[in-house]
Amino acid sequence: MISRIDTHPTHEYKGYKLRAGKLQPFGATLVPDGVNFSVFSMHATSCTLLLFNKGANEPLIEIPFLDQFRIGNVYAMTVFDLPYENIDYGFRFDGPWEPENGHRFDNTKILSDPYAKVISGRDVWGRTPDWDKPYPYRSRLVIDDFDWEDDRPVEIPIEDLVIYEMHVRGFTKHESSGVHVRGTFDGLREKIPYLVSLGVNCVELMPVYEFDEFEHSKRSPDSDELLMNYWGYSTVGFFAPKAGYAATGKFGMQVDELKNLIKELHANKIEVMLDVVFNHTAEGNERGPYISFRGIDNKTYYILTPEGYYYNFSGTGNTLNCNNPIVRGLVLDCLRYWASEYHVDGFRFDLASILGRDQFGAPLSNPPLLEQLAYDPILAKCKLIAEAWDAGGLYQVGSFPAYGRWAEWNGKYRDSIRRFIKGDKDLVGDMAQRIMGSPDLYATRGPTASINFACCHDGFTLMDLVSYNEKHNWNNGENNNDGANDNHSWNCGWEGETDNPDINALRFRQIRNVASILMTSQGIPMILMGDEVGHTQLGNNNMYCHDTETNWFDWRLTEKNADLLRFFQHIIAFRRAHPVLRNRYHLSQSDYIGSGYPDISWHGTQAWNPDWSANSTALAFMLCGKHARGGQAQDDYIYVAMNTYHDALWFNIPQLPAGMQWHMSVNTSMPSPQDIWALGDEPVLGEQQNILLGNHSVVILVGR
Amino acid sequence: MELTKEVREDITVITVNGDIDGATAPQLQEFVVAEITPNCRIFLDTSRVEYMSSAGLRVLLVLYRKINESKGTVVLVGVSSDIYDAMSATGFLRHFTLVDTFEEGVKALTS
Repeated sequence: MISRIDTHPTHEYKGYKLRAGKLQPFGATLVPDGVNFSVFSMHATSCTLLLFNKGANEPLIEIPFLDQFRIGNVYAMTVFDLPYENIDYGFRFDGPWEPENGHRFDNTKILSDPYAKVISGRDVWGRTPDWDKPYPYRSRLVIDDFDWEDDRPVEIPIEDLVIYEMHVRGFTKHESSGVHVRGTFDGLREKIPYLVSLGVNCVELMPVYEFDEFEHSKRSPDSDELLMNYWGYSTVGFFAPKAGYAATGKFGMQVDELKNLIKELHANKIEVMLDVVFNHTAEGNERGPYISFRGIDNKTYYILTPEGYYYNFSGTGNTLNCNNPIVRGLVLDCLRYWASEYHVDGFRFDLASILGRDQFGAPLSNPPLLEQLAYDPILAKCKLIAEAWDAGGLYQVGSFPAYGRWAEWNGKYRDSIRRFIKGDKDLVGDMAQRIMGSPDLYATRGPTASINFACCHDGFTLMDLVSYNEKHNWNNGENNNDGANDNHSWNCGWEGETDNPDINALRFRQIRNVASILMTSQGIPMILMGDEVGHTQLGNNNMYCHDTETNWFDWRLTEKNADLLRFFQHIIAFRRAHPVLRNRYHLSQSDYIGSGYPDISWHGTQAWNPDWSANSTALAFMLCGKHARGGQAQDDYIYVAMNTYHDALWFNIPQLPAGMQWHMSVNTSMPSPQDIWALGDEPVLGEQQNILLGNHSVVILVGR
Repeated sequence: MELTKEVREDITVITVNGDIDGATAPQLQEFVVAEITPNCRIFLDTSRVEYMSSAGLRVLLVLYRKINESKGTVVLVGVSSDIYDAMSATGFLRHFTLVDTFEEGVKALTS
């Protein structure tokens, strides 16, 4: 084959062979015999490329982009014969220092590539960095040639998902995990059989983009603990996986390790969703560090006040200018990269309402970025999930611009189920909406717009939700001022851990009640890692800064609370076995099939006569199996009764069609293993007309 | 890195001595590719390889694919535990047969 002309250099600079580069794609790309570098800046006056030996402070060479190497606002150059595995690269930009006009160019800074696919500098989690390093977050080169064989995203219909929100490090860092390299992608991979046995079919990974666990790190005022950025909601590089989460990060192989994890999750029919943080970056406000954007084109990348300060809609110092056309392109390129090169199945967007603000911070009615992502051909089968609020006061649960694609973390579901199970007044009507997939919020979008949850990483764990009335965040070092105050939690009679068997029994019952309601609600259930085994954070509802055992999954709990784990396994299996629980379209509360029963009917202590009054503490519903999936699927009938009263209540059960009988599936007031029955093993109910529900308990019956 | 080759019982034994990284991987590739013939049986001894970079793992996979295309087979012997762990975590391991001795290798290559 004849070699291409552009595989030969045309220029030389101090011994380095060059030629004008390709402008697309942005970032550094391996090309025959060389590396192509392409970077954008609208307001810079000049740009140079710095090449380093891996980890070195002093560059090997600094190569200016020649005038003829720039087209439009893009600088592009190919450098030949680079030992790509041993090279770090960065850029230096020159331009105006005019903060009042939004420009903060500083030609003393070395800047990381916004498109860097590997970033070095925090290669091993928690290893104390050299704070004096002139270029701490270092762009590196990678070959995207992973051998996926026949893998591709799993494409499970969204209504069939059971999401497990998890922290990569926290999942296996605890000594009890027993994995080869604890706290890593590879450790997670070793624990896939646990996820399979639990029954979840989607893992939502808290941020795995490169971040700096040492950002704002400090010693705790009342212990020797080093407080860190454990959660990672502060991106250093949008295209680079967190090296410190990889067992092979010290060899720079995090890209392959994460891909291998995803491939094996897919082989087990488990989807991978990434929690992505596009609302801000790790560069902070005007006192923050120069990492990349600030020094490349501050005015383009950030939302600025008229005086040139940073708007802070994210609550973390700056706000990415997501509806600037350039930044939109970056976000789109990034998501396409993760979907195509990493086979990621979906994204959950942190503080997504910021993605709907214009360049001056005002909310848009038709945000171009959200529309673009919804219609993108590569992202077409990806799940797009919004955390539909931001720290600037925009709250869009129910009104997030959806374009028929976007789902939302349903914060209203969380608040309603929390208040309902503790017996708050005036909640039954509201809970009925939540159970139906929140048609009051998502009338035209369907129940698949609703990600239902009781607990997530932000706030109490499920165990703490039933063990604490108040947050206990003292060891965060902020005088207990951080973290949410409206937790809608109830300690069941004693604040914190106790030996009182009655209180503990009630707590474990309440956890089962939440799981039972969550798994029988229309919409998509999400559970928090560890809730299935009763993980406690000792009342701390804002654990972002603790890299400690309190935050890690303690695998001994799978034995200590084996009964609870068994309950979760069975209730998840129950959901996955019953299509009547997983409708794509809203229930109509009418009988459009002619079965003699509405698709969903409401009941109370009396069948067919729910008590919707403010003092009601009893609610029950029945799903007609003939209406499953709009009548397209056949299923059992399902009856769910909920008693949030502090005393036992008799519930009168609706009658089944002739020839069918009610079977006992769940009774949260029974001791294990009678709290839940395996699929197919449910015993026939002796008394078919009435059932006694213990105080604070849930019963699920199946009619067949 | 030093490379040597001998033929034992119709099996091409290639011994690698030294690290396999971006600088040496092309040399390894060239050396092994020269030995690939239809239905070849290659025994790659890496017991004197202390470090294998991402480029090294990639060259192994490229060789594996090329040998497969020629309907040949390859086994690795003497993979250090560090390299084994990296291969396991990154998924390269699933493509290879690893053995401890030449005799095991003969069995694997002739089965």
